[in-house]
Amino acid sequence: MKRSTDPRTQSGGRDIRTIVFAALSLLWVIPIFTALINSFKTNDGIVRGIFSLPVGDDFAAGENYVSALTFGNYPFLKSFGYSVLISTVSTALIIICCSMAAWYIVRVNSVFSKVFYYLCLFSLAVPFQMLMFTLSSTAYRLGLDTPFTIPIVYLGYGAGMSIFMFTGFVRGLPYEIEEAAVIDGCGPVRTFFGVVFPMMSPIAISVGILQLMWIWNDYLLPYLVLDITKYRTIPIHVQYLKGSYGSVDLGASLAVIIMSLLPIIIVYAFCQKYIVKGIAAGAVKG
Amino acid sequence: MVKNSGIRRAIRLWAPLFILPAFVCFVISFVIPFGQGIYLSFCEFNIPKDAAWSGMDNYTAAFADPSFGRAMLNTFLFAVVSVIVINVPAFFIAYFLSGKFKGVNLFRTAFFVPNLIGGVVLGYIWSMIFDGILRYFGTYLIASPVYGFWGLVILVAWQQIGYMMIIYIAGFQSVPTDMLEAADIDGATRSQTLFRVILPNMISSISVCVFLSLTNGFKLFDQNLSLTGGAPIKTLENGMQVNTTELLALNIYNTYGINRHWHGTAQAKAVIFFLIVGGVSLLQQYLTNRERKIKPAKHTDAKEGKQK
Repeated sequence: MKRSTDPRTQSGGRDIRTIVFAALSLLWVIPIFTALINSFKTNDGIVRGIFSLPVGDDFAAGENYVSALTFGNYPFLKSFGYSVLISTVSTALIIICCSMAAWYIVRVNSVFSKVFYYLCLFSLAVPFQMLMFTLSSTAYRLGLDTPFTIPIVYLGYGAGMSIFMFTGFVRGLPYEIEEAAVIDGCGPVRTFFGVVFPMMSPIAISVGILQLMWIWNDYLLPYLVLDITKYRTIPIHVQYLKGSYGSVDLGASLAVIIMSLLPIIIVYAFCQKYIVKGIAAGAVKG
Repeated sequence: MVKNSGIRRAIRLWAPLFILPAFVCFVISFVIPFGQGIYLSFCEFNIPKDAAWSGMDNYTAAFADPSFGRAMLNTFLFAVVSVIVINVPAFFIAYFLSGKFKGVNLFRTAFFVPNLIGGVVLGYIWSMIFDGILRYFGTYLIASPVYGFWGLVILVAWQQIGYMMIIYIAGFQSVPTDMLEAADIDGATRSQTLFRVILPNMISSISVCVFLSLTNGFKLFDQNLSLTGGAPIKTLENGMQVNTTELLALNIYNTYGINRHWHGTAQAKAVIFFLIVGGVSLLQQYLTNRERKIKPAKHTDAKEGKQK
């Protein structure tokens, strides 16, 4: 901010800060590049030293990526598919159901909505370890232990944070617009989906991205809830690579990791602006 | 106001549609597990159905377990160290990256990217890197608890500095421009501007980031599990085994995994863990409320400082 009024920085030419931060940024992404480079090396090459380039005998071309598809007693594409299914369906459910609930909580000022709101706030302070055993047994009893039903668990567990964020936003929405819609003959359902929800889209995107990132990377909840002999997500898949004793195929493991990073990097490239906004919005909660 | 209550009545008619899906799921995934979790911490059980009341036995057992004490110590140390190691660099990186110069967006992205990666994957990547580096010194990551602890600190700093940086940048950008201009005109030096104008305006960003990194530190699990998994194991004189790099969350998880006789103890540990994390959140709530009351005074403070 101050800098914009500082004439020295408006030259646009070479700036000492550009050079310093270019070096620092390169240093910062080295771990990711190390993983990328080693995913193209043979296992012998990786063992010899992780900071050498994939050249000569060490170069494995795409072999690691081919074996990564079947490596680890579970097909990678299957865990990839389940991850996509679980995170997208859960996020969609959370956005729709929590925005509706938040609207109700704000507009209908009843004891019930107050209790629900404070329960949501309270749930933010409860660590997952407190719930993990009882949650997984409840989910098992109710048959929520498949990728098709686990979004219900995610909706319930993500509701605290999402409803908190949505209610904060709905409080700032003008009441008159809804009133006008009702006078024009809209029922609550049409008022919500036709008028209120479109106004909520900025916060809906922020909530959606925060939840999507969390669910995509979540390890413990699906591990405890799902029947992992049948269903695995990417984080479970990765954890099992390390857990499988005997000859660990390092190259293939790294190939799995690189492939698991691709979708999230692509999403980031398209939604960078919203991710940054979402963090600023979510940070209010702390 | 009459119409107001009209729409309220209309919504109430449709209430089940609006609130029930979220509420029912919330009850299933939070209210029931939470209530049952508290109850089971006072029981001896294998599965929730066969719970038998055992009073405070589980809590006594939890505190008597040396691995729990070790994990508690590890967690407090880790949380405090990580707050400092994350926030100081994040603040200064954000200070520079909230300016405008060539490549600034690219640099912000570079610092933020680690946050896109899940904790399990991060742990995997870093255990490979640490092992690769330590190999040159003829050792490896899980050879010593010291490596494991500082390895985890480095990993978490690398991951979260970029996240806190985003929050700090938002804070820097909301410092009122007129204050900065006034400081500039009055001939304040760069460090005077930073400490007397910018810093007082950054208190709320700082408290958000400090508490966020503090609770993250207390709750850390995935990275701990996949980096060292608690190794190396130390055997005590009485034959009990302690995982030396275990944090509380992982300790609770591992306690569940021992056998059915430990389930109650694990749940009691979880309740204690909840009380600690909840206490930190309450403290944050209290300080934030107090800060809000003081805030107007701070603004005039900053203005006076600038006018001198």
